Order: sequence, then structure tokens, then C-alpha cells
Amino acid sequence: MNKLRYILSTLFLLFAAGLPVMAQDASDGTEEETNAAMESGTATEGVDAVGLIFGHIGDAYEYHITEIGGHPVSVPLPVIVHSPERGWFCFSSAKIAHGSTYNGFFISQEEKYNGKVVERNAQGELVRPFDLSITKNVFALLLSSALLLIIFLSMAHAYKKNPMGVPSKGRSMLEAVILYLDADIIRPALGKKSVRFAPYLLTVFFFILLNNLMGLVPVFPLGANLTGNISVTLVLALFTYIITNVFGTKTYWKDIFWPEVPVFLKTPVFPLMQIIEFISTLTKPIALMIRLFANIFAGHMIILVLISLIFIFTAVFQSAAVGGGTAVLSVLFSVFMYCLELLVAFIQAYVFTMLSAIFIGLAQAEHEEGHEKAAPVIAENNQQS
Amino acid sequence: MNLFLPDSGLVVWMLLAFSIVFIVLAKFGWPIILQSLNNREQYITDSLQKADEAVKALAGLEQKGKDIIASAQAEQLRMVKETQAISEKMIQEAKLQAQTEADKIIASAQEQIRKDKEKALQDIRKEVVSLSIGMAEKVLRKELDNPKSQSDYIERLLNDNSLS
Repeated sequence: MNKLRYILSTLFLLFAAGLPVMAQDASDGTEEETNAAMESGTATEGVDAVGLIFGHIGDAYEYHITEIGGHPVSVPLPVIVHSPERGWFCFSSAKIAHGSTYNGFFISQEEKYNGKVVERNAQGELVRPFDLSITKNVFALLLSSALLLIIFLSMAHAYKKNPMGVPSKGRSMLEAVILYLDADIIRPALGKKSVRFAPYLLTVFFFILLNNLMGLVPVFPLGANLTGNISVTLVLALFTYIITNVFGTKTYWKDIFWPEVPVFLKTPVFPLMQIIEFISTLTKPIALMIRLFANIFAGHMIILVLISLIFIFTAVFQSAAVGGGTAVLSVLFSVFMYCLELLVAFIQAYVFTMLSAIFIGLAQAEHEEGHEKAAPVIAENNQQS
Repeated sequence: MNLFLPDSGLVVWMLLAFSIVFIVLAKFGWPIILQSLNNREQYITDSLQKADEAVKALAGLEQKGKDIIASAQAEQLRMVKETQAISEKMIQEAKLQAQTEADKIIASAQEQIRKDKEKALQDIRKEVVSLSIGMAEKVLRKELDNPKSQSDYIERLLNDNSLS
């Protein structure tokens, strides 16, 4: 059973690694088409598919909902900026929408700082103020954080009040997930120390899962591409990195700075092994960061590209029949992609949690045998479960 | 492309929000939830074990009851048999006793009969003797009416005695 799980997770990882490549191909293809469409369709109504796609995938200062009769309908969000020359400012994003300027701040349309709030300093140069705005992503982040707190604190409260009560349907569902994570990921990787690290791993899992799922629902106030944003995955990977290294045991550090290899490989003159080992501690969280980011990013991208195809083909061929046919196909593919994304939402949360648990577990090695023996420790723990 | 570069504002918010969520849940959420889940798992395991034991105990009790009934039936059978044996023995004994008693009674009756017969014989003998004597007396009295015959007789008697 364990072996099967390893094979499955390896396949998923391979699959996960393959997705961004696919996405890259897909996006390359459509960009060309889009360019062609825009070139040919400049006289008629051009479809800015690239702008549309990246507008949805990227961050924004307002929550764009739709456009009615050429007027964008959007929910303005607060912009909080700190100008190095003028201090703090806080205003509604509606004031800088559509290229307007407010207090010297405006959204850059140029190559530099494209789409970000900028100002001109005393020398007239374009500078970026320190930006703490509640953007679309920050809004989604705060919403999901609040949801997480509400869900799990109320769950804890329910347990405190009635420890042996029959849980509600939603709670039973969460319980099943928590028990699965605890029994199949956290305990096998961490053994006795699972109690110490379980809170972090569970928080990470549910944070990623909730945001993945929220990102899939394209209705206000959901639909922000939070886990497909590198800033978010960077912070998550940073947490894993810090926890791995801060709580690392003596054996773990010895394996990094004085591994059991021939002395000439680790002398102070030419510390090859130390460099390799140190880099290996960095590559693990970086891989975590990129894997989650690329998977979610690519999923959103594919769905948006498929939807955009409808408008591109309609614009290119100027025919309702072609547009309608494309629409049917695109929607079918989108439905398929949505199912896949639902799967990916779970898999990526699972993979991030599992790898974090394994990295933390590896840093908890207590045996003196050396680095080669660290992996079997995990395997042993796995077999115990 | 700016999509692949972390945005400082979002990083700050993310650090803040995730830290708060993590710390709050690590303090007030997960320990309670995990502890409760463990407790309940333990409770369910214990309950199942207890139920299993109870079922086993019940099976044991049933077996015990069956055993008790079987042994009671065996005892009953044994007692019935014993009683039968005892009654038979008693009847046998009674018969035997009756026999001996009867034998004894018969024996004593026979003895009595024998004694009575003897006594009767004796009486008859005595009667016969007294009758003979009376008759002899009467005969003698008639024969010894004269003194001569008296003295002859005495003489003969004396001779008989001296001879014997």
C-alpha cells in the first residue's frame, strides 16, 4: 500500500512538473494567435486576450466584475501607499482608475512598473512608493484567513463544548481530512514529534486548499489567483524553510557542515560538500514555491485561454457560427479543465504539506549514522503507520 | 515579467495574515481539535473493545447457562436413577425382611406346633398311663381279692426285682 502511494505521488509530481510546460505551450500558441487577431482586428473590435488573461491571473487594485455597455463594473479597494518623500496615503482605488491621477499617484501604463501604483519624484522620475494596498489578492488573502479562523476556531469551540458530540456533516468532512493528514502524512514523516509540527502542516494544507478552491470560483468576492501568485508561495515556502532549519537537530546541521565524506571534499580550503549541502537546503523550499505557483497559475491560465478562444475566433473570423462552435468546444474543455483543477487544488495542497512534513522530518534526524541513513528513517516511520 | 517577481506589499500582507492564522490556530485551534479527535478515537477503540469483551462474556455466560442446564439435567437423571435404585433396593430389602420374618414366624409356628404336638402326645401318654394304671388297679383289685393270690403276687414281684 505504501509503495503504491509513493508511485502515485511520484506520478502526480511528474504530472505537476509537466503542467507548467503544457501551459507554456498553450500560452505561447494563443499569444501568437492573439497578436494575429489584434493585428487583423484593429480595424474592427480588437480582443485584448493577453490583457484579459493577465488581468485575471495577476493582481489588481480593484475587483473587476464585468463590463456593462463599455463601462467597467468593479468594486474599489483601498490603496495604501508610503511615498518616501510625502509619507503615508490611503485612498480608494476608484480615484486612480482609468488612468486618473490622485495626489500624484497613478497606475503606470508604461513598461516599467506596469499596472502598479507609481508617482513622480522631485526629479520627475517614475518611482514606486512602498505599496501596502489591499489589492484583489490581499483582499482574498484576508478573506480566506478570516474564513480559516472562523472554520477552525468554531470547530475547536464545538469540541471544547461537547467533546463526544456527534459532529455535523461539514465537521465530519473536515475531521476525515484532518485525520487522514495526521495519520498518513504528519505521523509517518515526523513520528513522535508530530504533535509539535502538526499545527503548522495542517494550517498550510487548509490555507492552500481553501485558496485553491476559492480561486476556482469566478464570482466576487472569490476568484483571486492567490496560490498562483509567487509572493504567496514564497512566504509559504519561507515558513517551511524557517521551521525546517530553526528546529533542525544537531545531526541535521552536522550533516550539512561536516558530512561523512572523504576529508578533502570538506576541508576549509575547498568546502565543496558544505556548499552543495547548503544549496540543497535552499532548493527544497524553492521547489515548493515554484511547484505550487506554477500549477495553480497554469490551471487558471489554461481555463482563461480556453474562454478567450471564443472571443478571439469570433473576432478573427467575424462569424457567429465559428464563434458558437468554438464556444461549445471551449466550454467543454473548460469543464474538463475545471475538474482537473479541482483535483490539482487538492493534490497541490497535499504535495506541499507532504513535502514540508518530509523536509521538517529529515531535519529532525536523531541518528548519528549520517546523511545516507536519514532517508530510511522516514521509510521506517512510514512502515510503522 | 512582473508575474514572476514577488510583490513586496503582498509579501508583507501574506506574512502578517499567515502568521496570525498560524499562531492563532496553533494556539487555540489545532491542539484542541487534534486532542479531541485522539480522545474520541481512543474512546471509540475502547468502546469497541469493551463491546467485544461484552459479547465474548455474553457468549461465555450463555455457554455457562447451557452447561448449568446440562449438568442440572444430568443431575436430575442421576437422581431419578438413584431414587429408582433406592426404591428398588428398599423393595428388595422389604421383601427380604418380610421373607425372613415370614420364615421366622413359620419356624416358630412349626416349633409351637411341634411343642404342642409333643405336649399333646405327653398328655395322651399320661392319660393312657393313668387309664392303664386304673384298669390294672381294677384288674388287680379283682384278682387279689383273696389273701393267697396277694402273697403269690408279692412273691413274684420280689423275684422279678431280685432277678433284675
